[in-house]
Amino acid sequence: MDKIFTRMGDGSSIWISPDEVRFELNEGTLDAADRAKISPLGKEELQHLYEIIALPVNAVSIKRGQETVTSSDSGAFKINYQANISLDRATAIMVHEKVLAADSLDLGNIDYSYKSVKAILHDEAKVMENVQLCAIMPVLYGAMPNLGLYTRPDGPVENWSELLPLGKIKEARAAQEEAVELAVKDMVYIAAGMHAAGADGINFDTCGASGDADVLAALMAIREIKRKYPDLGVEMGMAGEFILGMHGNLELNNTRIAGLYPHHQAELAAAAGVNIFGPVINTNSNRSFPWNLARTVTFIKACCEASPVPVHANVGMGVGATPMTPVPPVDAVTRAAKALVELGKADGL
Amino acid sequence: MGGIRTAGDLVLRMQLAKSMKIEQAKQYVADRLGVTSFELSDCSVMREIRQSLDIGYPMPDPGAAKGIEAKVNIARVLGLKINAVEQFKKKTGLK
Repeated sequence: MDKIFTRMGDGSSIWISPDEVRFELNEGTLDAADRAKISPLGKEELQHLYEIIALPVNAVSIKRGQETVTSSDSGAFKINYQANISLDRATAIMVHEKVLAADSLDLGNIDYSYKSVKAILHDEAKVMENVQLCAIMPVLYGAMPNLGLYTRPDGPVENWSELLPLGKIKEARAAQEEAVELAVKDMVYIAAGMHAAGADGINFDTCGASGDADVLAALMAIREIKRKYPDLGVEMGMAGEFILGMHGNLELNNTRIAGLYPHHQAELAAAAGVNIFGPVINTNSNRSFPWNLARTVTFIKACCEASPVPVHANVGMGVGATPMTPVPPVDAVTRAAKALVELGKADGL
Repeated sequence: MGGIRTAGDLVLRMQLAKSMKIEQAKQYVADRLGVTSFELSDCSVMREIRQSLDIGYPMPDPGAAKGIEAKVNIARVLGLKINAVEQFKKKTGLK
């Protein structure tokens, strides 16, 4: 039987038999189901995934009528800072709107963290004001809670990554709790400035990069922002599929934050006031694309079923079944997008 | 979905402002625009609709509403408060 072209999670190409594709798909969905205690994909869904992978074409597309929308993280500096084209961020947003047909974009500082923006909010707000005069599509302001920036030697609080290996659990927890308070204050301050500048929303990106305290800081800030500015949209994107318990005892609404998987993360985010939730499923670069895809779709499907708010699944290098490589192959990216919308029922990407 | 080539920006607005899931957001926008949900992603249909409602489109004609002007019209068409429009009104004494 002819072999099928697909890839590994690091982007390298492989040719495997149809039986091997089916085996990988089955293993991938079982892995997600086992970890998150959710249902694995059924026979028909696995067959649908198989057909998406086996299509003998490069780029694939979703069924007509199922088109969906996209949001971004650090969208306004992909063209300039990352592609290295001399272009200011406001112009990059216009290019995304008028040339690349983006549905929305977020403006952010190159040091994409709220703490870094605090000192330059007055200048960032002026960029947002200009963008809002020219843009038609929704433009959010985005950055990460990035709680690690609050630790010594650069920040004001003790460094829990240094305290934990010393067995100073109590001190490490106290440092994280102090950092949460400072971060919430900063994020609410920046949201206030961006609201006045006309932003359509605030994007909290890579939440959980510093563990459960990082997520708590974002959720507490969101709750306060929604209390002050109920009409300001909020998107929350995650750092990984599983929230690490760097603290371990933090709770919101009587829910322990550490250890939550996407379907429970979405519920907590929605309760805090999030309008669009962005789950992340990590790509395992040692496993095949079919394995990663089945695993990702299983997590996202459960998340979309549980979430009271729209879900924009993260699809980029190293997440959402996309291979972990700086130049993700279009065959893999389009297959991931198709599967996440058709089977995962994602409301956007 | 195609941004201002189609109705992607409008559908996303409903998700961001009202937490609408994709099908609900599409149906809401389609109803306000007088088209089917299926037609929202058709750039041929949507260009004419966007031109007639003056809500912004790529390669605009001279005199067409652009930027904040288009957003004033979008706010009216969708029955939605848009923050930048509200700030604009405040700063220009229109509110």
